[in-house]
Amino acid sequence: MKNNGNRIVVATGIGTALYIALSYVSIPLGFIPNTAIQPRTALLAFLAAIFGPFVGGAVGLIGHTLADALQYGSVWWSWVFPDALFGIAAGLFAAKYAIEEGGFGTKQIVLFNIVQIVANVVAWVVVAPVLDIVIYAEPANKVFTQGAFACLGNVITVGVVGTLLGLAYTKVKAKSSSLKKED
Amino acid sequence: MAQMLSYMHKDTWIHRLSGVTKMLYFILWSIVGMVTYDTRVLMVMFVISIILFSMSKTSFYQVKTVFTIIGIFLTINILAIFLFSPLEGTKIYQSRTDLLHLFGSYVITKEQLFYEFNVALKYFTVIPVALMFIVTTNPSEFAASLSKLGVKYTIGYSIALALRYIPDIQKDFTEIKRAQEARGLDMSKSAKFSHRVKNMMAILFPLIFTSLERIDTISNAMELRGFGKKKKRSWYRERPFTKTDYVSIAFIFIFSVLAFVVTFIDGTRFYNPFI
Repeated sequence: MKNNGNRIVVATGIGTALYIALSYVSIPLGFIPNTAIQPRTALLAFLAAIFGPFVGGAVGLIGHTLADALQYGSVWWSWVFPDALFGIAAGLFAAKYAIEEGGFGTKQIVLFNIVQIVANVVAWVVVAPVLDIVIYAEPANKVFTQGAFACLGNVITVGVVGTLLGLAYTKVKAKSSSLKKED
Repeated sequence: MAQMLSYMHKDTWIHRLSGVTKMLYFILWSIVGMVTYDTRVLMVMFVISIILFSMSKTSFYQVKTVFTIIGIFLTINILAIFLFSPLEGTKIYQSRTDLLHLFGSYVITKEQLFYEFNVALKYFTVIPVALMFIVTTNPSEFAASLSKLGVKYTIGYSIALALRYIPDIQKDFTEIKRAQEARGLDMSKSAKFSHRVKNMMAILFPLIFTSLERIDTISNAMELRGFGKKKKRSWYRERPFTKTDYVSIAFIFIFSVLAFVVTFIDGTRFYNPFI
């Protein structure tokens, strides 16, 4: 499937709905307090890797805003923007991953994970705490500790669940595109 | 699945307001609430929020769950602030009045209590307005109002799609979960961590892959109907502006300006009763 305008619109919509639905699902890591395997982060990285930075950023921004609003009745903007940023970053090399063409192999997995780790660190260890301080004037050491834990949880989630999602989907897709036109 | 806030049809002047008005109000109100740390401004905003909330005839039952979650979150947050930085208030207000010495460097000061009171107040000025925005605005009308504010209609349409498909996806989730449980997958808290992660994936994968198929089906259907061919689009749920809309918008603009003036007139965003 080509990523035309309509597909981007629908991917953003359905992706956001999925992201919000998955906001209610998480498994606490246990050994580190306040961190959890949040499938929605893996979903965000996965969608960005298929549909590119626009869908990644939009699902992160709209999804996180609506999920916060629907769940808590208020929006923590200092955590919304990092998520949007993460979505954009994860989608930057979407064309290189070739997930839908069945080409998500070792090389692509390494690239995908390097990108997600860098993006997570920038988003949660730098941007989120700084926004917390600027917007809510919270103590610096508290927000940096929080950010570091969030970053760790997300890196693990995306690394495991996100990579597996990519692998499984690329296998499904490979069958339909492995036929070549005869010259 | 957990209970979620949703639109409920009632007939009050707040429900009759256009989605544009309510959205502008919500955005400006949150911005003012985020920026200011001035207790006087926050108090006034808090009182207005409560009055508006009761005028919208939102029953407490509708938002009870949400309030409990916020309560827990807020308590943890406030305790965490104290644990990490017991003298943050002293730093901000540049004075120190000890009330009670706990242990080590942990002292309860008047300034810290005041600062943390402000943190809590900040949340409570925005929460009622946000809750009200969600329960009084029809999702379809919300999407229509976005395009009126100058947002491209494709983005408004994405949001409308998202709101439309959340219940469907939640239904799919429950169905897949039950099917997998029937096959013997343990999703309860008693299962081992590694098992729980693995079992979660057994739900996630089918859910996400069916949703991806859905994306193709819907976008093909939209393509067939010529979506996105023209620059403009009309909305079924659009509501025309009334007098109340203009008055409300004027009020929120004037209020925001006044709030900023009162907040920053003494040079900082904090109101300091200690000097």
